[in-house]
Amino acid sequence: MTPKVVLVTGVSRFLGGHLAARFAANPEIERVLGVDTEPPPRDLLRRMGRAEFVRADIRNPLIAKVISTAGVDTVVHASVTANPAGPTGRTAMKEMNVIGTMQLLAACQKSPKVQKLVVKSTSAVYGTSSRDPAVFTEGMGPKDLPSSGYAKDAVEVEGYVRGFGRRRPDVNVTTLRFTNFIGPRIDTVLTRYFALPVVPTVLGYDARVQLLHSEDALAVLERATLHDLPGVFNVGGDGVLLLSQAIRRAGRVNLPVPSFAVPTVGGFFRSARLVDFSPDQMRFLNWGRVVDTSRLKSEFGFTPRWTTQQAFDDYVSGRGLRPLIDPETVAAAERTLLDTAAKLR
Amino acid sequence: MAGARVIPIHGGAEQARQRRATRPQVEVVPPPEPAETAVPDWERRLADVLAFARRRIAGEYQVDEFGFDQDLTDNVLMPPLKPLYEKWFRVETIGIHNIPSSGGALIVANHSGTLPLDALMTSYGIHSEHPNERHMRMLGADLVFRTPMLGALARKSGQTLACSPDAERLLSSGELVGVWPEGFKGIGKPFKDRYKLQRFGRGGFVSAALKTGVPIIPCSIVGAEEIYPMLGDIKALARLFGFPYFPVTPFFPLLGPLGAIPLPSKWYIEFGEPIRTDAFGDNAADDPMLVFNLTDQVRETIQQTLYRLLTQRRNVFLG
Repeated sequence: MTPKVVLVTGVSRFLGGHLAARFAANPEIERVLGVDTEPPPRDLLRRMGRAEFVRADIRNPLIAKVISTAGVDTVVHASVTANPAGPTGRTAMKEMNVIGTMQLLAACQKSPKVQKLVVKSTSAVYGTSSRDPAVFTEGMGPKDLPSSGYAKDAVEVEGYVRGFGRRRPDVNVTTLRFTNFIGPRIDTVLTRYFALPVVPTVLGYDARVQLLHSEDALAVLERATLHDLPGVFNVGGDGVLLLSQAIRRAGRVNLPVPSFAVPTVGGFFRSARLVDFSPDQMRFLNWGRVVDTSRLKSEFGFTPRWTTQQAFDDYVSGRGLRPLIDPETVAAAERTLLDTAAKLR
Repeated sequence: MAGARVIPIHGGAEQARQRRATRPQVEVVPPPEPAETAVPDWERRLADVLAFARRRIAGEYQVDEFGFDQDLTDNVLMPPLKPLYEKWFRVETIGIHNIPSSGGALIVANHSGTLPLDALMTSYGIHSEHPNERHMRMLGADLVFRTPMLGALARKSGQTLACSPDAERLLSSGELVGVWPEGFKGIGKPFKDRYKLQRFGRGGFVSAALKTGVPIIPCSIVGAEEIYPMLGDIKALARLFGFPYFPVTPFFPLLGPLGAIPLPSKWYIEFGEPIRTDAFGDNAADDPMLVFNLTDQVRETIQQTLYRLLTQRRNVFLG
């Protein structure tokens, strides 16, 4: 069933904005509403074309009025985010994520026209620890419930979404648990992290990182909106990169920091406004996380076009990251050494 | 059938040693008339080392979802085990043909020796002696993965946490999985209890094999008990450091780091006949009685093989 009126939250950010633009380009959708607290950047707004921007706070009951008066039948909740607006934005981010979701779901529950709900969640709900299995499937839960930060927000958000699903069994609810996004255009904590010339890591740990190209993320969200595919799905690219390997592929130098110094170093990067890692994301740098995407491929019917490695390489080349050690230099050094050896023979 | 394949230990030891001594020469035998264009061996090795270094700098290698880095394992982690395997413990591997050439299989072995050198030797033995150079993926305790450095290294060398989702995932994707079900009870048992198998966990490994229908290969390791004879266990220190035990051997902690050198016992690793698990039908893993019986069968097989190998052994260090 193709939706008639779609409401997308979080349109001033990359995913929400580009998603709204894709819906606006789809002639079968009559009306596209984009909601956010601040207007999207100008180039994003231009891309969004006929999509209408509604400046509203989803934490405010006003959102119910928007949904009911416009006759929204499909809600795409893409505003749950891990990237706080600034050094003090973490509390606001939590409010936006959790209270915003509660209000939005309350509004959806009141409106009988809503037929479909697509929620952008995260694989962070599985937590990250040394006692976890190597690969998470949708049926697994976290070993320790994340005690703070984005992961906890996401767990709470999913809890409210499940509650909504019970109260409105007629609505198709799709929960998408995304791995970390990467790509030449998207801006996340991770893309900033890998762009640092010297990348701090935790000494003695090497996380397994699974990434998803931002274009694949958009395609998955679009597919979930245009088709009826209820359920919970892990979404991530095939394959794994080790954190150290990713740093090498980006041509960066990693700086191992002993565990006890990690909060201090993290604080420095936060106050220098370089990268803002929350404690649960710091833990992610220890162990990483890999999810099983077989359900995405079989039931949901989507195979990501980029593998983790390809997505990362696309990010590196798209951002124009100059490697500190040029691969050509390395190859040349190798040739020189071998030639010298041949002469010595 | 199984008995017929066994190498007679006393009579065959000398032959086996000769075979071992001659084999490397066969592999690196130089061409009889070194032509002028022939590339010397050291140069080829230099090229390999440089190519490896270039791959590492550029991050041009593959890591699987468990974090297994085959490039690193083959080139950096495995080679140092070679002298330990061939010269120090003079390991003799028996019944390597019982390990299938491809597809999933579960190797179940006895655990001993205070430090898990038995696991390392088994893994090296399979990689070097098996015709297909298979890698054994070991299931480790969570203590390993919690420890910095060690945890990352364990993942890179192909180990993963001992839990049923990981075991089943590895087995169903056709990997050779190694498990030491005695765990810390086995590896940290006092010297007086040597070669007495401890409880085999809760039979989780049997359930994993039943669910995936792969054969179980019992593996008996003789020699590892004597490398660090554990005379005592300082519980207070173990608690202090968060270890499962703090061993006292004749040389440790008396001689400090020197006490960490393992005694050069002579080792035998025997792989028994595979026990099939695919003939029990669906939902066999949900039948606790079957799981218990299979667990006991595996345990008994290993225990009996250990006794047999021990009666054939004349000397701990000479074999």
